[in-house]
Amino acid sequence: MPTAAALALGDDALVLSHRLGEWAGSAPVLEEEVALANIALDLLGQARVLLSLAGDEDELAYLREERSFRNTQLVEQPNGDFAHTIARQLYFSTYQRLLYGQLATGDGPFAGLAAKAVKEIAYHQDHAEHWTLRLGDGTPESHERMQRACDALWRYTGELFQPVEGLDLDHAAMESAWLDSVTAVLGKATLTVPTGPRTGAWAAGAGRQGLHTESFGRMLAEMQHLHRSHPGATW
Amino acid sequence: MTAVTAGTTGTTGTPGVSDAAVAATQAAYEAVFDAAVAADERIEPRDWMPEAYRASLVRQIAQHAHSEIIGMQPEANWITRAPSLRRKAILIAKVQDEAGHGLYLYSAAETLGTSRDELLDKLHAGRQKYSSIFNYPTLTWADVGAIGWLVDGAAITNQVPLCRCSYGPYARAMVRVCKEESFHQRQGYEALLALSNGTEAQHAMAQDAVDRWWWPSLMMFGPPDDESTHTAQAMAWKIKRHTNDELRQRFVDIAVPQAEALGLTLPDPDLRWNEERGHYDFGPIDWTEFWDVLKGNGPCNDQRLSTRRQAHEDGAWVREAAAAYAEKHTGKHGEAQA
Repeated sequence: MPTAAALALGDDALVLSHRLGEWAGSAPVLEEEVALANIALDLLGQARVLLSLAGDEDELAYLREERSFRNTQLVEQPNGDFAHTIARQLYFSTYQRLLYGQLATGDGPFAGLAAKAVKEIAYHQDHAEHWTLRLGDGTPESHERMQRACDALWRYTGELFQPVEGLDLDHAAMESAWLDSVTAVLGKATLTVPTGPRTGAWAAGAGRQGLHTESFGRMLAEMQHLHRSHPGATW
Repeated sequence: MTAVTAGTTGTTGTPGVSDAAVAATQAAYEAVFDAAVAADERIEPRDWMPEAYRASLVRQIAQHAHSEIIGMQPEANWITRAPSLRRKAILIAKVQDEAGHGLYLYSAAETLGTSRDELLDKLHAGRQKYSSIFNYPTLTWADVGAIGWLVDGAAITNQVPLCRCSYGPYARAMVRVCKEESFHQRQGYEALLALSNGTEAQHAMAQDAVDRWWWPSLMMFGPPDDESTHTAQAMAWKIKRHTNDELRQRFVDIAVPQAEALGLTLPDPDLRWNEERGHYDFGPIDWTEFWDVLKGNGPCNDQRLSTRRQAHEDGAWVREAAAAYAEKHTGKHGEAQA
């Protein structure tokens, strides 16, 4: 079993699920309480399958430290306002759909999971795209917020296409398909495709190597505190 | 259904009709309504109904919907700290269901001629209530289990009879809500059982949670029958089927053996089986605390309401964007504003 790949994909799903879970009770409309929780649950389900392929899901989620997590920096970014959350979701679900689309067609160890996950992700992507359109082409305020969010998260998107050990994928093809898809949605939403760099020299492939952004440590502190306070307990 | 269909307003005051004629019509409508209720028929949105019946239902359904929405907060408080991925998934699913229950209930209320926005405004202004139980804090993980077992258990005891409520849309919403709620209650019980059978520290955490949630759960059934202002009328209209005290007793009778099976005690020295009554006797409820919490002086009243208001205010620009987008793209107003 390619453990490194299972951890990379599992950590992405786990961490983004956690971030979306932070929205519970604070969404802008009740329908979004349902939708964001729904996406969080789908991702948590994916994370549990993937982490279980690599070991014990709870040990891996609760007892690793920051430097051992293999998620991309994009998914650990704080929720920010609703536009930030949507931009993060747009970038990630577009990537994840391409990724699992490829994995589902192969006969590798992730094919079964990927076949189920692509259906969930199609919904996540649809949700993110529709909100990108509403916010981008809504009011002047929502347009500005959505543009700001797309710009701010752009620098974390290059990492999505760094090779992952154990995943035999055409990363270049995925990246160009991703750019086409995101460009089309932003255009339709009257937004400008960000022009900044998509990775920093300081951070090439960083999350996958266990180099994270500062907010991630706090996120883990909250997530792991109770589990770590009761070593060996079952829940 | 034989109740009179009276269009969408169902009110008196039709212009150009004499007072006597109006009164006679009103009496005829009332007779048909009373007969439908007496025959256990369902009243539907387009049927004529007394204004007081309508108002009473709006009050009760809105309060019920608000409770689902505010009730997300004490549990959501633990989503990011849930101690295993399985428990975390269960908790997210539960909070998601609560939002869904809120949506069903607001829809049921809307069939009575109000709107979700209007009801939410009243909640935010403190003019409509929600269940007093959600003004208590979740201080440990075990509180999540105790809420599932006791709070959902009390809610189910209250809601199962509402599945036979005389107002059709409310009764049907309750059927759906109760199915999901029973599932969550079993999960809460199972979470407490795991703690009770766990380490010494986990067992203590479970006992402490039950000690703190037991009495507030009993208060969920409302004031005692002799102080309940709405009960008699609600029972005559078959909105309610049992009094507060009857339901409270039913809940205690179910919960005591469950507590024994959990290996946890209930914080009531007067609790004992009464052979003669065939029920458990239990100690006096602190009604001062109940009224105090209801008046807004509970531990989390301010926090719950301000969190809800904040979410609503922070989301205003999102809702405005969605409305503006819909308007542009349904062609109602052609001109783009962005």
